[in-house]
Amino acid sequence: MPEMEEPKTSESQAQQITRRRFILGVIAGGAVVSAASYKILAPGGRGRTWGGERLITLNVNGKPRRVEAMKQETLAWTLRYKLGLTGTKLGCDRAECGSCTVLIDDVPYYSCSVLTNTVRGRKVVTIEGLAADDGKLHPVQQAVVDEQGFQCAFCMPGFVMSAVGYLKKNPNPTREEMAQGLSGNLCRCQDYTKILDAMMRGAETMRRA
Amino acid sequence: MAVIRDVMPAFDLLQPDTAAEAQKLLQQNGEDAWVMAGGMDSFDWLKDRIKKPKVLVDLSGVEELKGIRATGDGVEIGAMTTLTEIANHAAIQRDYSLLAQAVELVASPQIRNQGTLGGNVSQDARCWYYRGGWPCYRAGGNICYADTPVGRNREHAIFGADRCVAVHPSDSAPALIALDAKFVIRTPKGERVVDAEDYFVGPETDITRLNILRPGDLLTAIRIPAAWAGAKFYFEKVRDRNVWDFPLMNVASAMKLSGGTISDMRIAVNAAAPKPMRLKAVEDAVRGKPANAETGEMAGKIAVRGAVPLQFNAYKIPLMRNLVKRAIGSGQEAA
Repeated sequence: MPEMEEPKTSESQAQQITRRRFILGVIAGGAVVSAASYKILAPGGRGRTWGGERLITLNVNGKPRRVEAMKQETLAWTLRYKLGLTGTKLGCDRAECGSCTVLIDDVPYYSCSVLTNTVRGRKVVTIEGLAADDGKLHPVQQAVVDEQGFQCAFCMPGFVMSAVGYLKKNPNPTREEMAQGLSGNLCRCQDYTKILDAMMRGAETMRRA
Repeated sequence: MAVIRDVMPAFDLLQPDTAAEAQKLLQQNGEDAWVMAGGMDSFDWLKDRIKKPKVLVDLSGVEELKGIRATGDGVEIGAMTTLTEIANHAAIQRDYSLLAQAVELVASPQIRNQGTLGGNVSQDARCWYYRGGWPCYRAGGNICYADTPVGRNREHAIFGADRCVAVHPSDSAPALIALDAKFVIRTPKGERVVDAEDYFVGPETDITRLNILRPGDLLTAIRIPAAWAGAKFYFEKVRDRNVWDFPLMNVASAMKLSGGTISDMRIAVNAAAPKPMRLKAVEDAVRGKPANAETGEMAGKIAVRGAVPLQFNAYKIPLMRNLVKRAIGSGQEAA
């Protein structure tokens, strides 16, 4: 994946830019490279042009985002590598781990298994879209911080999105119900007890607000 | 199978708005077309580069295929209705809770939010040799990798094997058979309505398909008649873990009781054979008998008659016997 590549700049140059800026730059560059390579790799000789990108408008985190998406591109790919929203994680890329969970029209989906072209006109919310404009965290995010709910936290964005989606349907869940609501997400650190503590605390904060 | 973390190979994406348009596109593109409902089966095939369709017909924009409508005789469920919507639907919960229970046990919440009823009944086999791209009978080759002395076949069939020993993976299918549902298919020759159990085909009929859909056909709706509304239902799914997993076996039954006696019953199991099995011999045997453990015992023995286990799946015989027994015994609690 593009952002995993080692920087090939000299040390002095690398020090002049922050790691985050550098990563974002690589993402933008990588998206162009990967899209272009697929145009070359696209099977030819079938008498039509395929795999080409088309410019579409998505509603992501409340903002219209213009993006060139391939027909076979998944939403997780678009979010991470075209829009730079790397909070959405790709774990298995097979609808089995839940790390890529985002809300589409307030319902949790595995974004690795949704074609970008099918969410035009729908409302996509990622982990980056939960905090308020002034930076105040969403109650579920704040509860994760307060309860130290995760160990490595790679799966955290997916869990938080699942919880936020589930709480829209059932704002007052029992611990058992919350576990059911989050059952489409895996944590390899096996930190489920603390994750549930955090999510239940987030739910409580939301009810009191 | 190595997991490939890259975008899928290119295909042309067609997004029709109506069922008529979708069917026409499928017909025009024939073998080149892949029809995608929720996509929960499709994406594995496409990402693993095992199936490489030229054209993907995405049904997600076809509104007329979504939703649950009351009909003169029961309900009609659009093929693109999500499993979550079915599980939460008041009329389904009230009259056909068997189906609500079955779809609630499918996979994970996110998959139920996206996966559809049409897709659940039309999904392909989950045998890992087949899914892994091995050139087995089902993939057009001339060997079954699961049915060898060292083949891993714990999840495979105890009935109906014919070269291929894969099982049908659907949880909703046996429930729909028990409810005597009808499947509505739009074909190039017009609309066709078939009984639920006739929708599925075994390897003896066609080893490369699990259902009767031909290129150009589109499953549009599933109708459930009122005849079994509010019957005494039983659904149980046995699987290795409580989320995601496909059934090792499941059972679905609808029972009509008068007093403690079974006046009529429909029962089906899945993941026992390459297609969902309606147990007609059991239905005939229990009619007029009391719904109790003794009748269940007898029915369980009838159900497993003729089972042929493979190297690692003999446990499925007592499992099936006991699931049938429990389904019938459940009538006793109701009486």
